[in-house]
Amino acid sequence: MPLYSETIHSLHEKLREGTVTSTMITQSVLDRISEVDGKVRCYLTVTREAALEAAGQSDERFRKGDVSSPLDGIPLGIKDIFLTEGVRTTAGSRILENFVPPYDGTPVSRLKKAGAVITGKLNMDEFAMGSSNENSGFFPTLNPWDKARVPGGSSGGSAAAVAAGEAIATLGTDTGGSIRQPASHCGVVGLKPTYGRVSRYGVIAFASSLDQVGPLTRDVRDCAIMLKAIAGHDPADSTSARVPVPDYPSLLTGDISGMKIGLPVEYFPEGLDPEVEAPVRKAAEALEKRGASLVSVSLPSTRYAVATYYIIAPAEASSNLARYDGVKYGVRLSDQGGLLEMYRQTRSKGFGPEVKRRIMLGTFALSAGYYDAYYGKAQRVRTLIRREFEEVFSKVDLLLSPASPTPAFPLGDRVEDPLRMYMCDMFTIPVNIAGLAAVSLPCGLTPGNLPVGVQLIGPAFREEVLLNAAYAYEGERGEFPNCKVL
Amino acid sequence: MEYTAVIGLEVHAQLQTDSKIFCGCSTRFGQEPNVNTCPVCLGMPGVLPVLNKRVVDYTLMMGLATHCRIAAESVFARKNYFYPDLPKGYQISQYERPICEEGWVEIPVQGGARKIRITRIHMEEDAGKLVHEGGGGAASLVDLNRAGVPLMEIVSEPDIRSPEEARAYMQTLRDIVVYLGICDGNMEEGSLRCDANISIMPAGSETFGTRTEIKNMNSFRYLAQALEYEIQRQTEVLEDGGRIIQETRLFDSAKGVTASMRGKEEAHDYRYFPEPDLVPIRIDPEWVDRIGAEIPELRSEKIARYVQDLGLPEYDAEVLTGEPGTARFFEDILAHGVEPKKVSNWVMGEYTRLLKDKGMETARISPEQVAGIIRMVDASTVSVSGAKQVFEEVFLTGKDPDAIVREKGLAQVSDEGAIEEEIKAILEANPQQVEQYRDGQEKVLGYFVGQVMKATRGRANPRLVNEILIKKLKGE
Ligand SMILES: [Zn+2]
Repeated sequence: MPLYSETIHSLHEKLREGTVTSTMITQSVLDRISEVDGKVRCYLTVTREAALEAAGQSDERFRKGDVSSPLDGIPLGIKDIFLTEGVRTTAGSRILENFVPPYDGTPVSRLKKAGAVITGKLNMDEFAMGSSNENSGFFPTLNPWDKARVPGGSSGGSAAAVAAGEAIATLGTDTGGSIRQPASHCGVVGLKPTYGRVSRYGVIAFASSLDQVGPLTRDVRDCAIMLKAIAGHDPADSTSARVPVPDYPSLLTGDISGMKIGLPVEYFPEGLDPEVEAPVRKAAEALEKRGASLVSVSLPSTRYAVATYYIIAPAEASSNLARYDGVKYGVRLSDQGGLLEMYRQTRSKGFGPEVKRRIMLGTFALSAGYYDAYYGKAQRVRTLIRREFEEVFSKVDLLLSPASPTPAFPLGDRVEDPLRMYMCDMFTIPVNIAGLAAVSLPCGLTPGNLPVGVQLIGPAFREEVLLNAAYAYEGERGEFPNCKVL
Repeated sequence: MEYTAVIGLEVHAQLQTDSKIFCGCSTRFGQEPNVNTCPVCLGMPGVLPVLNKRVVDYTLMMGLATHCRIAAESVFARKNYFYPDLPKGYQISQYERPICEEGWVEIPVQGGARKIRITRIHMEEDAGKLVHEGGGGAASLVDLNRAGVPLMEIVSEPDIRSPEEARAYMQTLRDIVVYLGICDGNMEEGSLRCDANISIMPAGSETFGTRTEIKNMNSFRYLAQALEYEIQRQTEVLEDGGRIIQETRLFDSAKGVTASMRGKEEAHDYRYFPEPDLVPIRIDPEWVDRIGAEIPELRSEKIARYVQDLGLPEYDAEVLTGEPGTARFFEDILAHGVEPKKVSNWVMGEYTRLLKDKGMETARISPEQVAGIIRMVDASTVSVSGAKQVFEEVFLTGKDPDAIVREKGLAQVSDEGAIEEEIKAILEANPQQVEQYRDGQEKVLGYFVGQVMKATRGRANPRLVNEILIKKLKGE
């Protein structure tokens, strides 16, 4: 197996044994990028020199026996929503095409501190708004399993890069499914941790009360390794929780006997694509075989989740994106015609259509006279949804559902139909609304050879339970096929 | 028709914390532009605010000093609007759930006091400032040193009825923040700012008229002046059969008038919503108690105590408490067991004069030294005029008063024998004047006192000089 398609933990073994060096792994990944990125287009920026330099430093640490993290020397790709000191960070937007941050965000600095090698910045839907990567201000990333199809979004570049061997693992963000849906479409593992589990400092904000940082990896163990490195309270993020971080990798026992797993009826609706439903139900059976019991549960407020999300997320986004005004950084269009004209030109041309749509939706939802009917009501529904989950988690340990209602769809299929695009995230959005943790795992291939993901949802701050169940499933499922980038 | 003014004030006080409200940047003034900045207060992508707890402490202190109800849970909100001095495109403020509500202060009015209710007090961040370069809008520069400096906004109920009351209210708030040590209270420099809502209604009416909002009154004088003008203007509009338009008006201090800035239609819709990047502030009773214990004696309390307990005239009490530093100095002298009125005279007199003439930074005199000088006068060791010379010398040098008395030979002669000797000689040398005195021209006494003082170079104890002179002149 080429180095670029191995896992973090297998590479770490080899690094420890001294059979490979970080430079070899990094070179392998960089070569792979040169080979396939022209077709898949995951990267917005590749940081070749910096990566090789970091790899050299890691090799030095291995020589000295000065290594403490399993991420030391591992090449990782970073969604372009994470600020990286001295490396252009665009959030997939033209309005930031020239923005070079003066600082590293907390998740990135934690990865760097662990010794990880950063290979570059990955493509995404502009400001994380989208489910197909077609909203990137630069170019769409393609699904490495089928280049006529989307990789999902908004962390499409992050998911495709792991699938295509262009990074060993990647960092993404998930506001309504932006890690889990592309993970599902690209056949990789994607974890959205509990809200507050990972610091958001230095992560370009889309919807502050929903955004959460998480890893995309080749298997569950890698996911546990990544989470351990990035999780934990950060004084720079007041919403990051002061909840101790368990040693996730060592808690992967695969023992789930006695575990109760709920199948919410609302997540298996009438008319669900059978190509999705079949492998997801098979995944549930696999967990049962491992000693878990399956229970049917109901989360009736789920049907309001997408509507609630499309009030709260745009409302927060309309405010979060106000800072891109051409005054301080990023692109400024028109120095003539005064202040208003500068705002108008910069924001009209700098933002893409989906971003502008959401800014308008959010601005309207917060307007005087509409606030209570929209934002106020959405917050009340949010409380309802959260309570419903709490109640269900008093009866079951985890929930299981499809990650996405369909496999990856063809490029251009939904660009003109935002509502259909929004429905991509119907199974993932409730998790963000309630601030819970969830993971998407590859559970099968459609007859057309497209990956399907199963989603496991856990209570807040119980990622170790979630990951252990995922690990048990993975053991039962066996090796998932690697995609062959055609 | 007679009209009554109805006025409510919104006062912004800049809190004197070392660092900004949501980042660690310094709040120091007078720095080069954009020196006191970091990614957070520059509104960079990805940054998050972290609340400076001192800001909560200070606002809590103000809330307690103004009898407010303290919210057990308080929430920050975003106030959204575009302006180049506002780096994030929103200001973090408080809206639906401010930290303090429903308080009051008492203001002095003719022949008594009035209660002015406080609607709310909340915390927020300041914006930066624009520097316009050249003419014709050539360029505007942004200085964000001030962006993120903590502010406290104090909103009153429309309980104020005249410009004088507005001024008294403002003065009362200033006294409180200055005594609490949470704001320097400087209106001219903008550490204390105020906007007014004002309407008029026929005297005796209960129904408020349409109000206007007045901005840009950056001194106590301008506040009163702007409100006078606005009352006059609104009265004229109504007298002419017109209607008051709800609008925001700017005070032009050069012309002494208010002018329309924007109408109701152009008013911003700030689209407030709870700040998702900050968690609610929970204030437990222990926090309130701890801050309550930190509240010092306020000016109004000091004035009452100086008058009642120390027996000082009201005038003295007001002057001495004008600045907390002066009051502290006064009380520190008092602590050395000298008579309050005498201390008051020295502090209000020589001390204040020297501070004004020589500057605050030259003051070297300690409270103990002042007490010492007062005791010298009491003991007739020096004359009052001698003591003034000593005071000035100590003020400027901090040297020991006794040493100065010795060096300058200012010790008063209280040796009766010595004074008698001098007097005897002078009386003998001036038989004509002695005659005049004995003929009933008692004012000649002054002439003799002058002669004695001259002979003793001002060091003779004047009381003794008087006594002995009279005795001798009357031939006793
Ligand atoms: Zn700062």
